[in-house]
Amino acid sequence: MLNFLSKRVLISIVAVAAVLFPLVFPNMYVLQLLTLVFIWSIAVYGFNIISGYVGYLSLAHAGFFAIGAYGLGLLTTKGGLSYWLSLLLAVIITSIAGALVGVIALRTKSHFFAIYTMCVGVIVYLLIDKWDSLTGGVRGLIGIPAPGNLGPITFDTLTSQYYLALFFLSFTIFLCYRIVHSLLGRTFIAIRNSEELAKTIGISIMKNQLLAFTLSALFAGLSGALYASFIRFIGPQISAITVTFEMLMYLLVGGIGTLAGPIVGTLIVISLTQSLQFLEEYRMLIFGPVVVLLVLYYPRGITGSINGYLQKKKQQRVKVANEEHDEKRKVGEAG
Amino acid sequence: MFFSTEGITKRFGGLAAVEDVSVSVEKGTITAIIGPNGAGKSTFFNLISGIHPLSSGKILFKDHDITRMPPQQIARLGIGRTFQTTNLFEQSTVLDNVLIGHRLRTKSGIWDAIFRTKREKEEEKRSYQKALEALEFVEMMHVIEHPVSLISQEEKKRLAFALALATDPEMVLLDEPAAGVNPDETDGLAYLMRKMADHGITVCLIEHKMPMIMSLADQIVVLNHGKKIAEGRPEEIRQNEAVIQAYLGGEAHAPVKQY
Repeated sequence: MLNFLSKRVLISIVAVAAVLFPLVFPNMYVLQLLTLVFIWSIAVYGFNIISGYVGYLSLAHAGFFAIGAYGLGLLTTKGGLSYWLSLLLAVIITSIAGALVGVIALRTKSHFFAIYTMCVGVIVYLLIDKWDSLTGGVRGLIGIPAPGNLGPITFDTLTSQYYLALFFLSFTIFLCYRIVHSLLGRTFIAIRNSEELAKTIGISIMKNQLLAFTLSALFAGLSGALYASFIRFIGPQISAITVTFEMLMYLLVGGIGTLAGPIVGTLIVISLTQSLQFLEEYRMLIFGPVVVLLVLYYPRGITGSINGYLQKKKQQRVKVANEEHDEKRKVGEAG
Repeated sequence: MFFSTEGITKRFGGLAAVEDVSVSVEKGTITAIIGPNGAGKSTFFNLISGIHPLSSGKILFKDHDITRMPPQQIARLGIGRTFQTTNLFEQSTVLDNVLIGHRLRTKSGIWDAIFRTKREKEEEKRSYQKALEALEFVEMMHVIEHPVSLISQEEKKRLAFALALATDPEMVLLDEPAAGVNPDETDGLAYLMRKMADHGITVCLIEHKMPMIMSLADQIVVLNHGKKIAEGRPEEIRQNEAVIQAYLGGEAHAPVKQY
């Protein structure tokens, strides 16, 4: 009970801090960085659904991110549609692309799935890079508009964009929370646990995996679309395989298969890369080994390790309680 | 007939793991499938539960032809199973493990999850009740909050029973339910299987522990090299020539070679 309460308090503190941050600490550089962290986190939450909860490592994630980004970019600049309609359409397009890829990709298992989805990612990259007339090729897409006005609310300042990203991130976390704590979420975890067992207790593997894969693409698309309208310039490199691996790193550091993992990992890794910026190219010399050590000694990431520690403490309490119970029973029997 | 297989065969490449096996089982009975290692017992279970497709033959359950059905549909029709290696989620609690067992009888999807609909809440409640019933049945109520990594091997076996029971099965396939537990605990598990049968759940098990089989089973089916070599009541099997041969090796009346 105490645990539950302290969790609530912690979440409230973080939420209030996130809301008050721009007012207390109006540093443009930090705000810009945090907005990016929020946007990337949305994609990592999507990544977490398929790779963390269902247990299928999808390496097409940057591809879906790029489909969302280019979807929004093209619909607004070349299609002339309004920002919010484009955002909605970009997310829908990415979800449909996810479902179509999923239908084929999910017929493969484990590392074959990873390789297949990696190929999909590369194909998306090549499409964007080579389809010059549509995407602008290597020159990229410029002049993407910032989020349009919503009634009296405008998004022309950095602070307002910060709140917009924060809103979408909170929405994403809320959806993930609801999904993970539902029968559906339990179903996903059962598939990760053992596909064979899940099958024999009557779970449709394909249907659930496809749903998870589509959801993961949806969040990647949303994140990509927000990214495009925040940076306002996109190039083919956002769909590069290295971007997928960066997201995977955020997820691994934060804790794969945990609810707080994506935001914790993204925040830590991005701020760390930024603070090591002064080392220029050499920063990877420090950063690489740090990540390797972390993955070696804390395979469940930061959040996973904290959860594990709390669980261990709980187990000890249960054990002690049991022993006391046994003692009392023995005493009772003896008496 | 409640459940029957008609000449089912499974070939892996050129090798027939199960060949022309016909078995029929009556409701509420206990059928034991025995045979030396590699006799095709687990494959036989995998064919029934739909994990492997058949090469030929037919499987009937409650007048349904389940030969080509996918595993989840077979489970929904009422065939539950456990695995040889206890396949459980080590990090979660005992209760959480069993909760998912009732998922096949629930319908809540993504919208129910997001909006936490009435259906989601009701089905969650029902899954809890079902899980508690199943845990009560296997007498594990005292450890429901324990993580699986903390419970004993025998409790894991019971938990696997509970998970199968939470699916509301009419027949359960138990793959070596008493492997790796001591004789006292074996008796406890045998008692549980008898209890299931008494509750109208048909039990099929693969087992190597002969004393348990002999006192527990209503019917024994003996497989060797993928073929059924004998079938009958325990006392019949005990005296069956072919069975003795398969287990002790060689022929019972092998001609003595002269050198």
